[in-house]
Amino acid sequence: MTLFERSAKELQELIHSKEVSIADLTKEAFDRVEKLDGDVEAFLALNKEKATATAAELDQVPFEERGPLFGLPIGVKDNIVTEGLETTCASKILEGFNPIYDATVVKKLRAAGMVTIGKLNMDEFAMGSSNENSAYKTTKNPWSLDRVPGGSSGASAAAVAAGEVPFSLGSDTGGSIRQPAAYCGVVGMKPTYGRVSRSGLVAFASSLDQIGPITRNVEDNALLLEAISGVDPMDSTSANVEVPNFAAALTGDIKGLRIAVPKEYLGEGVGEAARASVMEALKVLESLGATWEEVSLPHSKYALATYYILSSSEASSNLSRFDGIRYGFRAENVTNLMDLYKETRAQGFGNEVKRRIMLGTYSLSAGTYDAYYKKAQQVRTLIKEDYDKVLADYDVIIGPTAPTPAFKIGEIVEDPLTMYANDILTIPINLAGVPAISIPCGFEDGMPLGLQIIGNYFDESTIYRVAHAYEQATDFHKKTPQIWEVK
Amino acid sequence: MAELTKEEVKHVAHLARLAITEEEAEKFALQLGAITEFAEQLKELDTTNVEPTTHVLPLVNVLREDVATKGLDRETMMLNVKEQEAGQVKVPAIME
Repeated sequence: MTLFERSAKELQELIHSKEVSIADLTKEAFDRVEKLDGDVEAFLALNKEKATATAAELDQVPFEERGPLFGLPIGVKDNIVTEGLETTCASKILEGFNPIYDATVVKKLRAAGMVTIGKLNMDEFAMGSSNENSAYKTTKNPWSLDRVPGGSSGASAAAVAAGEVPFSLGSDTGGSIRQPAAYCGVVGMKPTYGRVSRSGLVAFASSLDQIGPITRNVEDNALLLEAISGVDPMDSTSANVEVPNFAAALTGDIKGLRIAVPKEYLGEGVGEAARASVMEALKVLESLGATWEEVSLPHSKYALATYYILSSSEASSNLSRFDGIRYGFRAENVTNLMDLYKETRAQGFGNEVKRRIMLGTYSLSAGTYDAYYKKAQQVRTLIKEDYDKVLADYDVIIGPTAPTPAFKIGEIVEDPLTMYANDILTIPINLAGVPAISIPCGFEDGMPLGLQIIGNYFDESTIYRVAHAYEQATDFHKKTPQIWEVK
Repeated sequence: MAELTKEEVKHVAHLARLAITEEEAEKFALQLGAITEFAEQLKELDTTNVEPTTHVLPLVNVLREDVATKGLDRETMMLNVKEQEAGQVKVPAIME
């Protein structure tokens, strides 16, 4: 058992009644990491010395100056820069890179009084759905160590599922928060594009990337999203909209809620258990006063190809900054500048990253630009319009987060198209830019399944309200993997 | 369009500043061929007069006040530079 079975609210009660200190909670996180991370392999770097010192300072702050997340431990995905704490994006090309500033979200975590425990593994530059593309280690699924945690924020989900930390940050470009949250049986939110500043998030696909919270329950998730949201002068694509008190939306009341269920989300390739868990969830929501109807998002089948082209094109441009000159890995024994670029990048990037840089460069090059890049941007408009139309008539869209539970390590990694197909339920949401959450909704052979709830632009509140109402009516989120109990 | 020759792959690798071996060029030709073939399905859609989406939010010209602010200092900026001399970044010869 660990203190981290408790919610933020319960942990604050313990702190306020002086049963535990912030130093105790910080120590608990490092103890759990020490016990479990040999198996789970979620962390790439630990912030032990600084975190311990910070915790002692935070313990001195008067209670009345503390917010709901004050003193609570958090893990941060390794593509979010942390001053003085190695940040690699799980790539060799950034080995030894110590950022010289904090990402805006990291500053916000500090302002909320949270304690950063360490940096979490991922697929290299967030390209992948299994964490097998990390240059350093393959994170394991806490529910079954022979399975992947999902990706690319696999370790962010695994660390929370294993109770190493109660909170983490991930990033989501095509499903990278929601799919691992589903695979690991935790709550993961991809906010509306622009809700959270991307300043200090190492860019993969700038028009799709969003940072978001991963937690064990919906209320904690709402609290963490509020803490990291808001317009930022350092990110011109961050939206100047009000940040609501998301937790205030958790009323339990969803009477009259209109739910859309796209037939494309329950079509071919979606496993029987995933389909059944969604139908069961709809019954629960109906019993709480919601109604649902089948709808169509007719351009869904084109989302994957659109995503390939747009995300790879943006990546090829974003990743051009890694040239071995100002930071990170630098190839040795080269005699001219061109070779320095080419050798550094050839030796520093992994295969999946190279493949996407190549595809993106090809899509953007003369003669193919109109046929691929521009065409994909136009299809993106059609995909976005699908969502606009449905969300004009319904409050939320519901479906599975992934077609199956977590697959075995090494199972299908050889075939890139199959790997990408796993993302088909999540990718169109990034193309449209709307927010979506994954919450636990069942099990198949002991492995968690995720329910995806998608909402309108900047209406995370409604998503949280529905997710919370469902969570309170079920007990999937209370289950913990066996590893939770060990040692 | 879907078929990529090894020469095309090498050209793209040069544009992307990636050194590649003959073997990799062959492998990438196959893989990129498969992916671009998959992407051909977008041609089924008539997108005449459809505006391309670059960003989902209707943002235009986000500007701040034209006031100078302090940036990062030079010493900090140089912390991660592997090869440097007298406060400057060092690279191999640019010209032969």
